[in-house]
Amino acid sequence: MSDEPNKGLLSPLRRKLLMGMAAVPAITMLPRASFAQAPATSAVNTTGLAVTDTEVTVGILHSATGTMAISETGSIEAEKLAIEQINAAGGVLGRKIKFIQEDGASDWPTFAEKAKKLLVNDKVAAIMGCWTSASRKAVLPVMEQYNGMLYYPTFYEGLEQSKNVIYTGQEATQQILAGLNWIAKEKGAKSFFFIGSDYIWPRTSNKIARKHVENVLKGKVVGEEYYPLGNTQFNSVINKIKLTKPDVIFTDVVGGSNVAFYKQLKAAGIDLSKQALLTISVTEDEIDGIGGENIAGAYACMKYFQSLDNPNNKAFVPAFKKAWGEKTVIGDVTQAAYLGPWLWKLTVEKAGSFDVDKIAAASPGVEFKGAPEGYVRIHENHHLWSKTRVGRAKLDGQFELIYETADLVEPDPFPKGYQ
Amino acid sequence: MFGDYSLGDLGSIFVMQGFAGLILFSVYVLMALGLAIIFGQMGVINMAHGEFMILGAYVTWMTSNVFQSYLPGLFSGYFFLAMILAFVASGALGMLVEWVLIRHLYKRPLDTLLATWGLSLMLQQAYRSVFGAREVGVELPQWMLGSLHVTDSIEVPINGVFVMCLTVLITLSVAYVMYMSRWGRQVRAVVQNRIMAGAVGINTEKVDRYTFGLGCGIAGIAGSAFTMIGSTGPTSGQLYIVDTFLVVVFGGAASLLGTIASAFSISQTQSTLEFFMSGSMAKVLTLLAVVGILMLRPQGLFALKVRK
Repeated sequence: MSDEPNKGLLSPLRRKLLMGMAAVPAITMLPRASFAQAPATSAVNTTGLAVTDTEVTVGILHSATGTMAISETGSIEAEKLAIEQINAAGGVLGRKIKFIQEDGASDWPTFAEKAKKLLVNDKVAAIMGCWTSASRKAVLPVMEQYNGMLYYPTFYEGLEQSKNVIYTGQEATQQILAGLNWIAKEKGAKSFFFIGSDYIWPRTSNKIARKHVENVLKGKVVGEEYYPLGNTQFNSVINKIKLTKPDVIFTDVVGGSNVAFYKQLKAAGIDLSKQALLTISVTEDEIDGIGGENIAGAYACMKYFQSLDNPNNKAFVPAFKKAWGEKTVIGDVTQAAYLGPWLWKLTVEKAGSFDVDKIAAASPGVEFKGAPEGYVRIHENHHLWSKTRVGRAKLDGQFELIYETADLVEPDPFPKGYQ
Repeated sequence: MFGDYSLGDLGSIFVMQGFAGLILFSVYVLMALGLAIIFGQMGVINMAHGEFMILGAYVTWMTSNVFQSYLPGLFSGYFFLAMILAFVASGALGMLVEWVLIRHLYKRPLDTLLATWGLSLMLQQAYRSVFGAREVGVELPQWMLGSLHVTDSIEVPINGVFVMCLTVLITLSVAYVMYMSRWGRQVRAVVQNRIMAGAVGINTEKVDRYTFGLGCGIAGIAGSAFTMIGSTGPTSGQLYIVDTFLVVVFGGAASLLGTIASAFSISQTQSTLEFFMSGSMAKVLTLLAVVGILMLRPQGLFALKVRK
């Protein structure tokens, strides 16, 4: 009986003590000299994002399951690596980055749902995510409604621009035009055969490519073919290619079809060291499945190859392999995904705030000198200035850099004369 | 469209186009045979058919890795062993699945649709966890790559010829097993009248299990062969499932001959149309034709006449 009141007295006290210990981070909310480099949370976070004095939460939203896991796995790995490296270097505004990973499951409505969950429930400061255009289109209205910030890594068809998205991959004109110019000049190519998977990205890309070939290069498109996603039989179109004998085969076939296409091309006796082929959809990731021997000699046109010879990339590739295994390869999109967390960190530091509006406003002009692809800068239209490169596929599944543009190519998501 | 080309060019293109059609035909037959046994003979709507194929593909990939590391001298012949292993692995998994899942559902065949669809999702995720989400590249021995030069302008893909020979061999074996062997007679007896078959002393459970296993095993061989022409990844099986059902249903579910006839007509239509128009359009027209014919002949091209 006499013990009871004592317990009652002690236990709130004890609880308070415990709470006090757990709340050490909260104490740092008070301005203190030792935390000078980390500005007060109330100053850098005025919109109620998940930012504490020691941590800031971001979201990673990709497909870890379903069809798209093949492609998106690399992006997840790159983003995690970037976050880890940023944390090791002291974090963002003195705060460590914590991430919440959600699975879009290769299903577009799921992407939208998970994006909403990340923004509304978790109050993440930014989302690194999406891969297909379809998933981005599903997520876009959510980002705009709840004012989130998305870093989107894939090269895509353009025709989009949002305050709430930073596009770290190339849009179509950036990727395609320089490559077409190069091959027209280098190979004297006049006739082109287009073959792509049947959805928005290849169709838009080929539309741009056709206009460029016909109006600028004064060449001829001798065939333009589309196959359903997942098609595995290309013998008929290969015969058509043999019949029309184009100077260049220009392809944007994706996914499992890619593998079938190159295997059958090789089996049909088309020798890619003699027949020029320019692809905008095969990265080192895809070659893993296709097999180097089936695609050696083909040209790919994008902004990054694992074999790039510059100091940033020489540090990046071993770090990536150390984190994810010696056999892992790094494709264009993986590198672009790696840029996301870094660009976000640099923008936050430039803005001096985690607030989405301030980040969106501060983004243009942010430059990242440590990018594995070299140097990138964010354009007013939220895409990146970047170089375009052409590589030739080798037997070992790597690309040999053949050509790169002298200057950064300006992103032009709404190209005049190409629509 | 042909104005600009010489007669010789056109001639060789028609020959190669003919081959393209025949190769597509063999691919269709090979992927549909296993399902024709399972769906046609047993009435089980096996949505996981593609995943059994991909198991065969993964077995092939593993075999090629083992040969590369330990028996590089025998690498050029590994494919034959790989196909046998693929048959065994897929067949064994098939029998296990039959025992755990399918045998409880024979009385409600429509439910097998859902059950096997769930199974296909589980298998996909299992492949993803075990082999990784990325596609794997199956390395082929040198002699299987490239093409045969018949004339200067006619080239026939070697892997296509390989698939054709394989298809003929497997079709003949299946036909022999189903129509000439004692076990085949038992299978057909069970299909026609399960109760009577049981009453005359056939162990129907055992027949079911082996039939299902045989169908899955053939799917495994098909998957193994398709590493030559397609991709090997956790979800690659999905690429085949629609075409497979199309061939089996169009052919008339219970008839092996129907499956072959249907594979032939679909593949020829598709490959000819593909040559004259875009791939997507060719697919649409082929499907429209199939739908049209199925409306007139719901039982498919060939139907078994059974007293119900």
